[in-house]
Amino acid sequence: MNMPQNEGLKNAEKAEYDSMVSQISPKPTYLKNFLWAFVIGGLICMTGQIILNSLIKSGMDLKAAGSMTSVILIFLAALFTGLGLYDELAKKAGAGTIVPITGFANAIVASAMEFKREGYIFGVGARIFTVAGPTLVFGFVISVIIGLIKFLI
Amino acid sequence: MVPLYMSFFVGGILCLIGQMIMDFTKPKITPGHILVGYITIGAIISGLGLYQPLVDIAGAGATVPLSGFGHLLAQGAIEAADKRGVLGAFSGGVEATAAGITAAIVFGYVAAVLFNPKS
Amino acid sequence: MAAPKKRGMQTIVFDNPPCLTSWASIVGPKEGEGPWGNSFDVRLNDNLLGEKTWEKAESKLLQDTVSLALSKRGFEIDDVEVFLAGDLLNQLASANFAARTLNIPFLGLYGACSTMAESLIVGAMILDGGFCERVIAATSSHHYSAERQYRFPVEQGVQRSLTAQWTVTGSGAVVLEKGVLGPKIKSATIGKIVDRGQDDANNMGAAMAPVASDTIKMHHLDLNLQPDYYDLVITGDLGSVGAALVRQLFNRDGLVPKPNYSDCGILIFDEKQDVHAGGSGCGCSAVMLCGPLLAKMQRGELNKLLFVATGALMSPTTTFQGETIPCIAHAVAIENQ
Repeated sequence: MNMPQNEGLKNAEKAEYDSMVSQISPKPTYLKNFLWAFVIGGLICMTGQIILNSLIKSGMDLKAAGSMTSVILIFLAALFTGLGLYDELAKKAGAGTIVPITGFANAIVASAMEFKREGYIFGVGARIFTVAGPTLVFGFVISVIIGLIKFLI
Repeated sequence: MVPLYMSFFVGGILCLIGQMIMDFTKPKITPGHILVGYITIGAIISGLGLYQPLVDIAGAGATVPLSGFGHLLAQGAIEAADKRGVLGAFSGGVEATAAGITAAIVFGYVAAVLFNPKS
Repeated sequence: MAAPKKRGMQTIVFDNPPCLTSWASIVGPKEGEGPWGNSFDVRLNDNLLGEKTWEKAESKLLQDTVSLALSKRGFEIDDVEVFLAGDLLNQLASANFAARTLNIPFLGLYGACSTMAESLIVGAMILDGGFCERVIAATSSHHYSAERQYRFPVEQGVQRSLTAQWTVTGSGAVVLEKGVLGPKIKSATIGKIVDRGQDDANNMGAAMAPVASDTIKMHHLDLNLQPDYYDLVITGDLGSVGAALVRQLFNRDGLVPKPNYSDCGILIFDEKQDVHAGGSGCGCSAVMLCGPLLAKMQRGELNKLLFVATGALMSPTTTFQGETIPCIAHAVAIENQ
């Protein structure tokens, strides 16, 4: 009949241990991480702007130039991932390399490369979306919902 | 044309927010959550008509981050729904983002053929 | 009637303590650059060992280590009667495929990073039980095969947490025999699972510290030993976070004094090697035991060693399902006579 008491004791023990753990575990180096994420993220976006501007100058309309910019950035991300440089940068830049579209490309390319040894169909083909798949699922679902709402009102 | 410093500044801020979310919630929110979160939230803000003003100010600073990808999905769906009704609502988002998604798949495949993960 | 070789709750003592007659350790390039690099038998230049996949490389690593331990003793493979091994991969892939090549009776063991202690305990029991004369106990881990199974693709850009540990590429093997040569396994404590509700796979030291202290406490209690009985109590892969926690738990319980305690996960890498909280993996404790530690015992610099390999028994599936991390630790007492 002393179950609840035991449960309480267990929770108290867990809370005590949790506080020991959080005291000892090193915290992320917040300021350094924030600065790196801001600067690298900003530079990637600025690179995008430079590409976009020169495409527009060469006579492309804004929409096509936007899509082309994405394709070029994705190509560059794939290249740097293949050469093993993107993850080195990401170690420092964190969200600065995850949030831009290049982070989405890196997740896809890294998964594809990783599973090459299990073959091209069930390795690369099946696992290419291991990390980035969820973004497409949620992205498509939300876009259809928004489209339907627009249609109804 | 959008000045370069604006795209740097706004793009940087969007990345900074992602880093803060990850660092302050460690270990709950992972890069995978950030990818999904930015696209979904970007699409919702865009659906409410609030993302386009940011794109006007910051250009690539707002379109390159994944929230911009969400914006593209939402605007594609909205425009197509206007023109083609229910069918448009279904196809619009994917049409607008087709180039980027296909590029990622194709370059991913090519990279897998050409490169091995280094050790 | 109480079992004659059992003491207290969890500890066994051996009537004829089995001897560690030969051992070998092979490590990857990064481990070879670490502070104990010179103490290992072989330092590899290549993480793939000339194989096509990391899984094949790990299996080869285990095989080579077993062969080396046997050849140091002048044995052929069929001079040993049972091969006891395990690793971190699904279905014990490395150990199974190594056993396929070695072609001797095989028992596969899974204890995650505690496998070296587990295989030593089972091996010692087989010998002291009179079932065999010679067995070989081994384990391996490989950074890249483990990373892809438990975490992210290698080339994906992620920031590793400061509490994360680096899976060691390495393998250790020990030949156990009845007889008089070399250090002996006097007793062992079989650990219970302890789970204090930690669920961060990037902070395994914090998850495993309570079980390490629990097993060490039970060992001293069951055998009625003084806190400073052992020259060295060494845990397997708690890393800097787990080791700091375990020291606090020792202080609370009046266990092992500070100078008599260390951790393989801290020792194996240098702080400059960017591994964050230290090494982990089956290979971490195995290569430290089969490299520097047993060499020190052989030279008489260490006489009483308590080897406590620790394991975090989560799987990627249970992590996604939000389960906490069950942990285990086994203690093996190795003494010179």
